[in-house]
Amino acid sequence: MIKDETVRTLSSGQMAWYRFKYNPSALIGVFIIISVIIGAIFAPWLAPSPESAGAHVDFLNRHSPPSGVYLMGTDNVGRDIFSRVLFGYRVSLGLVVGVLGIAVPFGVLLGLTAAYAGGWTEWVIMRFTDVMLAIPPLAMALAVTAVLSPNLVNAMIAITLLWWTWHTRLIYRIAKGQMAEDYVEAAKVSGASHVHILLRELLPNCISAIAVKTSLDAGFVILFGAALSFLGLGVQPPTPDLGTMVSTGSEYLPEYWWEALMPGFAILYVILGFNLLGDGLRDMMDVEL
Amino acid sequence: MVAYLFRRTVALLLVLLGLVILIFIIARIVPGDPARIALGPLATADQVAEMRGEMGLDDPFLVQLWNYLTGLLQGDLGKSLLSSRPVMDDLVAALPATFELVLATIFLQISLSIPLGVLAAVYRDSWIDNITRIISLIGVVTPGFVLAIILQLLASYYLTFFPVTGRLDPGLEFSATKTGLLTIDSLLAGRWDVFGSACLHLFLPSIALAAAGIGQVMRITRSAMIEVGSRDFIEASRSYGIPEQVVTIRYMLRVASIAPLTILGLEFASLIGNAFIVEFVFSWPGIASYGVRTILQKDLNAVIGVVLVSGIFFVVANLVIDVLLGFIDPRNRLRDGSSK
Repeated sequence: MIKDETVRTLSSGQMAWYRFKYNPSALIGVFIIISVIIGAIFAPWLAPSPESAGAHVDFLNRHSPPSGVYLMGTDNVGRDIFSRVLFGYRVSLGLVVGVLGIAVPFGVLLGLTAAYAGGWTEWVIMRFTDVMLAIPPLAMALAVTAVLSPNLVNAMIAITLLWWTWHTRLIYRIAKGQMAEDYVEAAKVSGASHVHILLRELLPNCISAIAVKTSLDAGFVILFGAALSFLGLGVQPPTPDLGTMVSTGSEYLPEYWWEALMPGFAILYVILGFNLLGDGLRDMMDVEL
Repeated sequence: MVAYLFRRTVALLLVLLGLVILIFIIARIVPGDPARIALGPLATADQVAEMRGEMGLDDPFLVQLWNYLTGLLQGDLGKSLLSSRPVMDDLVAALPATFELVLATIFLQISLSIPLGVLAAVYRDSWIDNITRIISLIGVVTPGFVLAIILQLLASYYLTFFPVTGRLDPGLEFSATKTGLLTIDSLLAGRWDVFGSACLHLFLPSIALAAAGIGQVMRITRSAMIEVGSRDFIEASRSYGIPEQVVTIRYMLRVASIAPLTILGLEFASLIGNAFIVEFVFSWPGIASYGVRTILQKDLNAVIGVVLVSGIFFVVANLVIDVLLGFIDPRNRLRDGSSK
């Protein structure tokens, strides 16, 4: 008699987890992101010198190179750069949550609606998306933050204003393909409401693409925010922000190289994490963006 | 083909019109009186009111928009509030520098990313593949300004022959009048010293600008080459005894080049937008530096001009790339035609 236990079937979730576990780049990505999140949340306790997060001044130790005491050296007023990086991650992660928390749902909903409704609704949404996509993001963000005064919230608004477009276009393409599938027709025939078809039928088929895209996006939102504050249009001092730190530090190149490079590497580290995770998720769920 | 071009051009004009209107709306709803900014804080209320009338700011919104659009068709973008020169003149003066940087960047991207991608595919899973994988990952995840700073550091310690600011050594007297591109004009004039200096100045900024695209295109070339390499016609050509190099370059690369070329096109189109940071770090006197400067000073007409120019460049470049790809791969034309 053949026992059922000898053949183990894996659910699709287990299958995905299995592929994830054996994907080194995804694992490294997760490790990096978790380390950044822990660093950001517990910054006041982990930072060797929490007072460095503010307008602290220690002229005796200004421009100290990286050492056992100051892991990443100190900046032009003697603040510990490593501590400031930990606090800076709070700003970066806050930016990611703020921007993607609004832009992703909005963009996805517009894309789904355009694909499902068709006709002039589709035309208006997609042409509007095209126009928004034609605006160079950095120029637009610079313009918005410049006319509204530069600070974190306005930088967030500026980035959000443009970010949804990518999700709209991606989800539109996927959902448009799904519209030809029988299950959508079946749902329509069985009298399902529009909302049901959009959120319960079409949306689940877009989830893996959204997850991959959002993970890759997170890194680029951080990069974008850092670029804005590097140009002086994002977070204002003394709030510790990685882009601002690079910009201030670059005034002391080349002698005090760590003041620009260390925060720069900190940005690189977190972007690398989200990228590896996104790539890993893409391999795991087998989606094309 | 003509119908396709016509359809695409109409769509492009609509997108451009939408872009202008959108930017105009944003520029008009922002707080702050442009007349007040133009005149400075010392001007009296009467002077500001007079200036408002002169600039047409008291007209209804639609009239302002109409005036702006008709002006635009005649190449009039209004006056820069700060330099009080026509914005168009400022832009025309700044464009060649940016264009030269963008062209150098795309040249680097094509000449590095596709050969490296092919190499990675041919020597799949060898050390060559692993090295290119790491290079491409570094290129993609390093922010432009961080890379720019690293390059400047290297230039100040080790690569001291690379200048880190501007387009030309200050001692050299040369004005690029024909094309505005220093490299080409100096060659035309036979000024080798100027040409050399211009190339050296171009090198670091274009590397900083090119890195992300190189990383991306390299990976895409690699996967496209591997995908095409597994198709039957390649196997068939090999079994005919056609030399491996010929199969790789002539047969595989021709088919596999479509995906990387598409990405390169997108990359090229967005280069002006991306140039902002790099021009800023390297004090490159192009349109992006002009943009950053005017934005910081809230010079609205100039800001609209900059955003518009980079938008137009983006849209037109995309159209050109699509048409070119339509020639290389006729399926693109059909695909686009069916989805309107």
